[in-house]
Amino acid sequence: MSENEQKDSPEQSSFRKYCRNWLSGHVPLPPAFRLPQSAMEIMTQEQMDYLCRWQKSAYDAGLVGCDYPGEYGGFGRTNCQRIANEEMHRAGTPYFPNVIALGMAAPTLFHHGSEELKKRFIPKILSGEEIWCQGFSEPDAGSDLANVQTFAEKKGDNWVINGQKIWTSLAMFASWMIILCRHDRSDKYKGLTYFIVPIKSALGKGVDVRPLIKMTGETGFNEVFFTDLEIPDSYRLDKVGNGWQVAMTTLLHERGAGPLITPTAGGQTSRSSETTYNAMTLVDLAKKSDRLGKTAADDPVIRDRIMSLVIRQRGFMESLRRSRVKGLADHPMRIPLQGKLVMSELVQDIAALALEIEGASATLFIADANAPAGGAWPLAYMNSFGGTIAAGTSEVQRNILGERVLGLAKSK
Amino acid sequence: MAQPSDFGYGMEEQILRAEARKFFKDTCDELRLMDLVAGKTDPHREPECLWDKKAWKKMTDLGWTTLAVPERAGGIGMSAVAVATLVEEAGRAAFPSPLISTINATYVLSACHTKNADAALAEIADNRTAALAVTNRKGSWSSSDTDVSASHANGVITLNGTAWFVQDARKADFFVVAAGSNDEVGLYVVPADASGVTVVPDAIVDLTRDQAHVTFEGVEVGPACTAADPGSGSLALELGLPAVLTMVSADMCGAGEWQLQTTAAYAGKRVQFDRALGYFQAVKHPIVNMMIMIDSARSLVYNAACAMDHEPEFSSVYAHMAKAAAGDMAAFCSGRSVQYHGGMGFTWECFVHLYFKRQMHNQVLYGDAAHHRVKLADFFMGPPRG
Repeated sequence: MSENEQKDSPEQSSFRKYCRNWLSGHVPLPPAFRLPQSAMEIMTQEQMDYLCRWQKSAYDAGLVGCDYPGEYGGFGRTNCQRIANEEMHRAGTPYFPNVIALGMAAPTLFHHGSEELKKRFIPKILSGEEIWCQGFSEPDAGSDLANVQTFAEKKGDNWVINGQKIWTSLAMFASWMIILCRHDRSDKYKGLTYFIVPIKSALGKGVDVRPLIKMTGETGFNEVFFTDLEIPDSYRLDKVGNGWQVAMTTLLHERGAGPLITPTAGGQTSRSSETTYNAMTLVDLAKKSDRLGKTAADDPVIRDRIMSLVIRQRGFMESLRRSRVKGLADHPMRIPLQGKLVMSELVQDIAALALEIEGASATLFIADANAPAGGAWPLAYMNSFGGTIAAGTSEVQRNILGERVLGLAKSK
Repeated sequence: MAQPSDFGYGMEEQILRAEARKFFKDTCDELRLMDLVAGKTDPHREPECLWDKKAWKKMTDLGWTTLAVPERAGGIGMSAVAVATLVEEAGRAAFPSPLISTINATYVLSACHTKNADAALAEIADNRTAALAVTNRKGSWSSSDTDVSASHANGVITLNGTAWFVQDARKADFFVVAAGSNDEVGLYVVPADASGVTVVPDAIVDLTRDQAHVTFEGVEVGPACTAADPGSGSLALELGLPAVLTMVSADMCGAGEWQLQTTAAYAGKRVQFDRALGYFQAVKHPIVNMMIMIDSARSLVYNAACAMDHEPEFSSVYAHMAKAAAGDMAAFCSGRSVQYHGGMGFTWECFVHLYFKRQMHNQVLYGDAAHHRVKLADFFMGPPRG
């Protein structure tokens, strides 16, 4: 038995058996086409359809939304989503495509949505029938998120939305968006209100989605333009002027602190077995790589630097474990708020070192037949900047940690 | 065997931490520590051995020095995770005492599994203090490198040579000495006041500890002093080493947390350019980096300690990880703590140099970060060729 199994409650234990049994016959066959490293990089409809079919079958089997209440389409269990996630990981399933909905929209609706919205939307988030995207960043509101200018004007019982969002992952597949808007230009923070808006059904009727090309040449995120999009007041989350507080709930979940306060909706957001996320894969890479006539694995400098990353990776894993232990976690947010920062910088440093190990061959990109690992490392290195920039840059994360956990003065 | 997901850190450990933190606050706050160890500033002064024996007596009355002693030898036999908790709090107070040296000797003696070693453990359970005397002039604690020899004749063992870098040597009642006989190494329990033993204090940077080299000139001990026979001493030392690394790393994490909290507090109250220092990201972000490095090292310490309790086959690898992470962390935290206290941080008057120096000492004790990464690379990658 693994260490996790030993700690299972009776409910968790029997649920784990159920998951294992179901998964033994229901892990989908790998597709004929290539899947991206995570759901955030889904590019084609056939990738999306394949992953949506998987999420729906897992939902129908009760492996998504395990801990959400039944009236919102969940299964009303206690602390069982983690069990399902562990078993899915163990079985090597694909990831779920509806990551923004599961990780951010569902918990935000759960805390701030009306009963009507929760009952209407959470079930289809869990089943993956409706994909969601997140409308936060704008051309002039990145790290300074509260500077959003997309305007919501009250018109009778409705709101009219005008403006532009950017870096919007999954928008080209999305039915719905969670969106932070400005309703009052006179107050930076209190002038914000939070809504949900339709995307797919409003395309060409007030909503326009244009793909952006990343530095890698891949697509994956978009610009979304709103021109006089009219929505009912019932699509508002929380009070007018409370948009910033609602956005904080979303961000808390985006940055990894969600499980402390909200049932986890489910799923792995990426293949954590993905080789470019694991420092130990550098050991094999170094054994195979020749640097000026000497195997990289025999170079003491390379050895030292690989071990530094292996230690950092293990250290963070053990920190996640420690953050759940009463009396060993200090400030409750201290480790959870480090998650995104530490992992994204680690992934970047792993890829950077891989390129050094590859030496001259690191110039060969994914279309080159001679590229080691199919060009995965240059691709991973470039994509790693998505990690250190998106969802609050590393610089913003350090501000948040310094201010919230260490009580340092707020930086403008 | 597998580790419990909570490191085996339960209610007892929580209580121990709370009591330890209160104890060190009451007996060894920064002002008392400064009074105790920093009275003399002259860098050429005679090496001192400054510690609060009354506080030590209070601690032994609480039984804390016997936490690591197995029950078979009359100790409390608590988990390594519990012991690490205590050591971490002692490090947070930079507590001058033979606590860590005694605990380290305890783990090495426990690994001997002999009647004589257990008798020495019983002495520790009876509040006697001990220190490892296993390191040679060049700083190697690899048993085969020992500069002490043991000759066996007519039931008498005679020790000759010098053990170097002995921690808290002047506070120790007895030494656990690694000594070679031909090509084999044994471990011997030698009272500090035995005839022929001379403790020569080193003039060290760290004010919160003492260190010495200990010479053995024809020191004669009886067979009952043999904790591990020639041939089995190396293994006992090797088995005890993960604990030694883990406990030194725990001390570093406690000291690092003090450096973090003290520096963050100062950055909160020191005003320049009409702003608290912590407002400036050039200061704020590296302070956050201190925290990130501490958290990583601390998690690896508890992982290594828990491995000693539940997964001993991995304790060595995890201990190397802990000491490597703690070494880099301590160097970074020490540097930042002085730098962000500005001109004051550079003075004798400011407390930060006490921890800076303790960390300098800790960083190199039983191998620095680079050394432990070499060990890990050999384990994960195989030894380098060529």
